[in-house]
Amino acid sequence: MSCDADVSLDAWLADLAEAGLVRAVVSAPDPVLAGEGAEVDPTDPAVIGLAADLVATMRVSPGCVGLAAPQIGVSARVFAVDVTGHPKTVTSHGTFVLCNATVVSASRWRPGREGCMSVPDLTGDVKRASRVVVEGVLPGTGESVRLTTDGFEARALQHEIDHCAGLLFLDRVAGAHALYQRKVYL
Amino acid sequence: MEELAITVIGQDRPGIVADVAEVLAGLGANLTDSTMTRLRGHFAMTLVCTGPAAADVEAALDELAARSRLVATVRSVGPEESTAPTGEPYVLSVHGADRLGIVAAVTRVVADAGGNITDLTTRLAGPLYVLVAEVELPPGSAEATEQRLTEAAAGLGVDVVLRRAESDVL
Repeated sequence: MSCDADVSLDAWLADLAEAGLVRAVVSAPDPVLAGEGAEVDPTDPAVIGLAADLVATMRVSPGCVGLAAPQIGVSARVFAVDVTGHPKTVTSHGTFVLCNATVVSASRWRPGREGCMSVPDLTGDVKRASRVVVEGVLPGTGESVRLTTDGFEARALQHEIDHCAGLLFLDRVAGAHALYQRKVYL
Repeated sequence: MEELAITVIGQDRPGIVADVAEVLAGLGANLTDSTMTRLRGHFAMTLVCTGPAAADVEAALDELAARSRLVATVRSVGPEESTAPTGEPYVLSVHGADRLGIVAAVTRVVADAGGNITDLTTRLAGPLYVLVAEVELPPGSAEATEQRLTEAAAGLGVDVVLRRAESDVL
């Protein structure tokens, strides 16, 4: 694991997921998705509850590898990520929730086609850094962490940090011909 | 709801989209899906809208077209039918020296395989011809289709790549 603090799923996070409520995921054009999320106090019980709800909601959503507070209607800079088991995952830090996270360095930009639970009918080509360093704060303890990651987890982190800033993948789509109807063939 | 299919094409200049969209908005037409792009020196708009009667849109666009040297068509196309995917998503890329029949030969292979093209762009850049298409292929047919595409491409002297259009929901 390439981070300064252990942010992998520990007993506390497992309890958190159990304690969380499954919340409805909001879809664009809900204005909460377009607003910049507020910075939070990670030790605030409401923020800890929000983190629990994010993990619980992520867990019950098939294929969901990340969920940000605005996606459950809360304009706050908190998100959950878990890319464990995804075929494109290289480095994985397991399940974790970060507050007030920022990308402090980004490199090796790669295109990729992204979709979003909050934009269910579209996908788009978006360039993302395949190596990032992200700094944030853990809910509960308020401990500052610095993660270095790559590949799919890096993409997921950038996508969720964007949500916290009121940005959707639609804001970063590579061009007028890089937006597609989402194809879900069952 | 009844939908109108509208095409507008004319020599490219700033303001074509604004002019056409303004006419449509003035008639209460709700613009839904559209693609608008420059093809060589022409600007081409293909769009679907709902709301007004075809005759009213045609009259208003004819007036704009006469002033702006555009060619516009308006057709009523009935209500939207289901556009559920009919197969697995792939991206088809073809490029090589320009020659007659590349699009015909390549798309025939796709059609014969039961594939559905949902988006296609071609560009001629000097001697280079490029085709990129979004294709839905019947499950399990990609390998055989790719083989037939490779054969067709060899006959045309062009290169072809068929790759899965993967998208990740984050």
